[in-house]
Amino acid sequence: MNLTKEQQEILDGKQGDILARIMKTLVRYGELFGADSMVPVTSQYNHLVTSFGLKALAPVYELMDRLIESGNVSKQKFSADPRPLDPNVPSSFLQNIVFKNFMYSRQEDYEKQLTRLGIMEKDAYTCTCYMKEVGNTPAMGEVLSWSESSAVVYANSVLGARCNRNSGIIDLMGSVAGFVPNFGLLTDEGRKATWIVRIETTKKPEAQLLGSAIGMKVMAEVPYIVGLDQWLPGGLDEDAKTYLKDFGAATASNGAVGLYHVENITPEAVQYGKDLIAENAKVYVVDDEELNRVYRSYPVIWKKKDAAPKLCFMGCPHMSLNQLIDWTKKIEESLKKYGKTKVCIPTVFTAAPAVLKKFEETPYAATLKQAGVITSYICPLMYMNNPLSEKMPVITSSNKLRTYTSARYYTDAEILEQITKGGTAR
Amino acid sequence: MKEFKGRVVANGTTTAKALVSHGGLNTLASFQKALQFGDKKATCGDQNNPDLYGKQMAGKALCLPTTIGSTTGGLVLYCACSMNRQPACMLFSETIDSLAGAGAILADVWLDNVSMPVVDSLGEEFLSYVKDDMTITVKDDGVVVVE
Repeated sequence: MNLTKEQQEILDGKQGDILARIMKTLVRYGELFGADSMVPVTSQYNHLVTSFGLKALAPVYELMDRLIESGNVSKQKFSADPRPLDPNVPSSFLQNIVFKNFMYSRQEDYEKQLTRLGIMEKDAYTCTCYMKEVGNTPAMGEVLSWSESSAVVYANSVLGARCNRNSGIIDLMGSVAGFVPNFGLLTDEGRKATWIVRIETTKKPEAQLLGSAIGMKVMAEVPYIVGLDQWLPGGLDEDAKTYLKDFGAATASNGAVGLYHVENITPEAVQYGKDLIAENAKVYVVDDEELNRVYRSYPVIWKKKDAAPKLCFMGCPHMSLNQLIDWTKKIEESLKKYGKTKVCIPTVFTAAPAVLKKFEETPYAATLKQAGVITSYICPLMYMNNPLSEKMPVITSSNKLRTYTSARYYTDAEILEQITKGGTAR
Repeated sequence: MKEFKGRVVANGTTTAKALVSHGGLNTLASFQKALQFGDKKATCGDQNNPDLYGKQMAGKALCLPTTIGSTTGGLVLYCACSMNRQPACMLFSETIDSLAGAGAILADVWLDNVSMPVVDSLGEEFLSYVKDDMTITVKDDGVVVVE
């Protein structure tokens, strides 16, 4: 790898052992993937995946202490993934003990570490940092050192920024050094599509199902999606951004997609069109039957398969403002249709603190509250990942949550029916 | 017995019993519960991986195509290594992905006295040949012996 004089001196230890190790980590990481150089991080803010003071991750906090104590803090301010705990979210006495005393006992200390390392502000905890209400929205072409798979895929695809699927810790190290290795999704070549995905469904495909199908098929490769634009008639408007947020999160968690192009919609696809497709790209056709096949393939790991759901989580990744409003309208209508006033399953909608604040300023917040829905900034995944929550029959329309936990996936329409009418939808 | 040659990602030699995943290993889903609840065997908790679900990963020669899923993947591997719950080695049939690569390098650069040899690019034939409980020997030049 060609290093500048400054980079070589850092690597040689002229700015201390810790920074030398950081540079060594980044250089070896880059060399593994054929990086030719280290390029400057150009975004205003970073985003970190590690937001939770999980006892099990003690080695990470020890490493962060070494960075702080040696003065190697982030050159950029950053946002971080959602907090793992929120007293608003229903939990049992036992769950509270497990959450506070065993799992997230390091939360307070870890948030203090993040403050010292450079978090944007005290509530900059969300997986959807790119929402305008949050303010960490990189511009097209900017180079990032982000992690959080759903945020990386969104930044690359919907915003046209450039970021590899960095791991936690690597994200912070790129920000401390101010450089990231130039490979993969940072390069023009790495952003070419090696799959063409043809959408041939008879109706707008469920974002979370389509993302899952494509993720499982293309894994870490880049798909160029044809035919989805007919279902996104407003171009890259707020609805489309919300759709692509959920779609992308499913491609990244059910596979390892870091970038997708949607013909006539996403910025690079609009600018370069089919020139983005690499030679000999493979083809994957998605029709109604294929989506049904994928849906049927999901294992249900509830002990009692027909258990009545005890909790519904929506918002993994966190919901957008227009998504909160749309769902409020849908719930209000559906409750009226079934002659009810409140949801029949405890339901939690999660969103960024800044988005929730905006939502509270709308009249829909009162309507949603009246319908019995709880809003929260929590990370549903962090809530679910323990033996107590695992035994709970939880439903969701998040394919990411389904992948990492025992939560059972249903389509948006099925979720709506279950929480407003009751009964199982399949 | 068969020999395969790959690329060395993290140096080291070891001999261990094989544990084979034919699908991508979801690092967070596989290791999280084990790390959280003190499971020294690092029992795989990924419901979507029928090859590994419920099996011990610590001390095994983990043979896989790639890792997938959350970008916590690298730090989860780093923690598994730091807490001595890592596989004896990780052997990838494909080119290693950025998350597993980061985990292997973080452990190598930042942890003393921890060894987890990692070899990638072993080829499709490696993954179709190797079966659970076969004996794997990793040599320091990227040669992997399966018997």
